[in-house]
Amino acid sequence: MKPAAKIYTALILLFLFAPIAILLVFSFNEAKSLSVFSGFSFYWYEELLRDSETLKSVKNTLLLALSAAAISTVMGTAAAVGMEKLRSKFLRAAMDTVTNIPMINPDIITGISLMLMFVFVGRLFGLATSLSFWTMLIAHVTFCLPYVILQVLPKLRQMDHSLPEAAMDLGCTPMGAFLKVTIPEIMPGIVTGLIMAFTLSLDDFVISYFTAGNGFQTLPIRIYNMTKKTVTPKMYALATIIFFVILALLLITNLSDKDGDIADKV
Amino acid sequence: MKRRGLSGGLPLAPYSLWALLFILVPLLFVAYYAFTDNSFHFTLENITRFFTATSNVAGDDGVTREVYTYLLIFGRSLKLAVISTVICLLMGYPAAYIIARAPARTQRVMITLIMIPMWMNFLIRTYAWMTILQDTGILNGILGLLHLGQVHIIGTESAVVIGMVYDYFPYMILPIYSVMAKMDVKLLEAARDLGCGSFSVLRRVIFPLSLPGVVSGIIMVLIPSISTFYISQKLGNGKFYLIGDAIESQYSANNLHFAAAMAFILMVVLLVCMAFMQRFADRRAAV
Repeated sequence: MKPAAKIYTALILLFLFAPIAILLVFSFNEAKSLSVFSGFSFYWYEELLRDSETLKSVKNTLLLALSAAAISTVMGTAAAVGMEKLRSKFLRAAMDTVTNIPMINPDIITGISLMLMFVFVGRLFGLATSLSFWTMLIAHVTFCLPYVILQVLPKLRQMDHSLPEAAMDLGCTPMGAFLKVTIPEIMPGIVTGLIMAFTLSLDDFVISYFTAGNGFQTLPIRIYNMTKKTVTPKMYALATIIFFVILALLLITNLSDKDGDIADKV
Repeated sequence: MKRRGLSGGLPLAPYSLWALLFILVPLLFVAYYAFTDNSFHFTLENITRFFTATSNVAGDDGVTREVYTYLLIFGRSLKLAVISTVICLLMGYPAAYIIARAPARTQRVMITLIMIPMWMNFLIRTYAWMTILQDTGILNGILGLLHLGQVHIIGTESAVVIGMVYDYFPYMILPIYSVMAKMDVKLLEAARDLGCGSFSVLRRVIFPLSLPGVVSGIIMVLIPSISTFYISQKLGNGKFYLIGDAIESQYSANNLHFAAAMAFILMVVLLVCMAFMQRFADRRAAV
């Protein structure tokens, strides 16, 4: 890299990481301030561990993200297999368009649209509130599905289709050929889709905000409620822990596989 | 030859049903709520309210004027989103170019670094900017130490733009990088061999080839910034009401029909914008 290019990338990284660095530093602040550092302490980490409401929301978030990722990966992989086999141009285009909708629509519209339907159906059944864990799960599966499909579909298209046929010539049932030949071939796409679905669900605030019931609070919603009042470094302690978990996950997935082209992943 | 193996219909069935029930039907509900009143009778009132509701706003000169409330809000959302998108593009394009030309190992590290802030919860990221930009915040602290005077940013449109640029910048850089990294280097060499200077290689070869990445980058930044409702609350001190804030506050006040009407209008405007941009990209690609 030329010196000018180096300086430019350094400035970009500074812009991206300065707020995160500040957040990491102030999570160790002794005092309550988020802008004046008075001394090093683990006080806010201890506070965080005593905050049962936040810990409960972490548990809720993980439960929701794991369920949403599992359901959307299974349904999305099946959908990709079906979509790849579609011969009708019209049906293909229709499925592609529908799949693109949740990705292109602003989150606020996806959230509002699902909320309106849940509320309407809830009223039909005379329920006071229809929003719950289940409505959130439906919403999360809905916005995760396209990402899984778009990870699996290219792998299916690249795959050599004579392989499952060879397996069937050698006596495999169609289901057997699918499980023993096709699935291992498209596994990298399935795994990437699963990870994307999981992280998208973990991080989602807007859609959750509109589809969440009263009793079920996820971590982003908990954070939103925390930032409505005066925020203490406790929230930064939480952010710091999240940061290192994400850092570890990204380093493992991005830097470990040396063969994969990173340009394919972004 | 007809392909054997599992048929396509069966695995596609659950998703088709899901997409119908939870993608398409909810969008119909947006339209249904937008064109009905509280007792679900047809009305155009929600839509006309958006275009005609007025309120009195005190301007900078202290004079109070009557303005179209929601048109003003929508115009402001559009303006701030476009400014943020342009800044992201101007900052991101050179960065994507530099990264795509770097050695493979450096590319890997750089892209990982750029992705990290994306996975940080966006509420926390935005809040961190609030503590930086506050009048008694970190930025003014640093400026004070350097005897450079003080700046007032929080609560201005600039603060909202900074928040949008920060939150959505990676969405601009990643698709542009992705296209540039796959670009055939031989094309650039050929252009140079045929007498192109560096600038004309950029203008006549690299830029046209990177256009699909630019278009998806623009869409991926413009859409979340036009519809955000948190950034403006925190960095604009609630003064800079955006269309997302307006929808959210109607939802909180349980005015679902008017919230739906605004969501419907937003959706229509975005669809038109996107169709237009896609057209533009296709035409450029065809030349």
